[in-house]
Amino acid sequence: MRFSTTATLAAAICAVTLPGSAAHAADYIIKGITISAPWTRATPAGATVAGGFLKIENKGAEADRLIGGSFAKAGSVQIHEMAMDGDVMRMREMAGGLEIKPGAAIELKPKSYHVMFIGLKEPIKEGGPIAGSLVFEKAGKVDVEFEVRPLAAKAPH
Amino acid sequence: MTAVRLSRVMPVLAAAAILAAAAATVLRAPAPAPGIGGPFELTAHDGRRLSSRDLLGKPFAIFFGFTRCPDICPTTLLDLSRVIAGLGEAASGMHFLFVSVDPEHDTPELLRLYLSSFDPHLTGLTGTPAEIAAVAKAYRAYYEKVPTSDGYTMNHTAVIYLMGADGRFRVTMRAGDPDAEQIAILRQLLAKSGKVGS
Repeated sequence: MRFSTTATLAAAICAVTLPGSAAHAADYIIKGITISAPWTRATPAGATVAGGFLKIENKGAEADRLIGGSFAKAGSVQIHEMAMDGDVMRMREMAGGLEIKPGAAIELKPKSYHVMFIGLKEPIKEGGPIAGSLVFEKAGKVDVEFEVRPLAAKAPH
Repeated sequence: MTAVRLSRVMPVLAAAAILAAAAATVLRAPAPAPGIGGPFELTAHDGRRLSSRDLLGKPFAIFFGFTRCPDICPTTLLDLSRVIAGLGEAASGMHFLFVSVDPEHDTPELLRLYLSSFDPHLTGLTGTPAEIAAVAKAYRAYYEKVPTSDGYTMNHTAVIYLMGADGRFRVTMRAGDPDAEQIAILRQLLAKSGKVGS
């Protein structure tokens, strides 16, 4: 028990300090922008949308914006923000993209910012990673792979 | 004047706060909200018409969402599926209703396909835009279309309403709260309806 807690903690610390460790999918660097651990969830049958999640760090001297991207199984990709306003779930497209200030790190995660995959041609199933890309206003386009986690990714049982 | 008013109101507020805190630990109950619920008639995912009258005699859980929802709807359905499994046989003593707020896209056929990924006790409901507006109004649930660059997405109330076997509002529940807490709430709802499960 003790050991597994310590091991989990150690893994968590590694994940934070060593984004390239086995706990993560690959990292990507483009002109001062570092992208780590892109992932998505398996979708229910019939679903035509999904969220993509990742961490972005701007190590450059200028602010940049995540303005779009692509996903092999989707017709289009938008940058969205989801937020809970009391009991109401609010979703909006961030038409001007998501700004990442110099030195800042932003995590796109469930119940928050996400890359919205729209018009899925087929459900996302657990298995190998799915190819996509991210487009930044200044840094440009970078190809990435999204790890596919179970539909229950946030609710292990 | 203000001071007098405050001194009168304060003990009442304090008592209300204590009561609310006590209730929250057990049921997460908001202040009693009279008027939540009411008659409705919608189309179920198997194509049959379902009216609120058909539900009388069993308590039910009802919540709003849509299939083009990337996050909260599938996770709510997944959380609820786990809670339903935790109820065991008792789950058949109530109804679990998922009402689409995007009826233009969510047909009964699509809801049937979508719900095949979740617990079979869940019933998907859709209808005409007017029928959806009526049921949302009855439950004081909010929803609206939000335009995007190539279509729309939806804002919507994401709470689960728990209704008694008489069709009257009992309490709200939030997906994502600990399973054991949600299972306890549902068991209590079932027990009060005389449908005590295993």
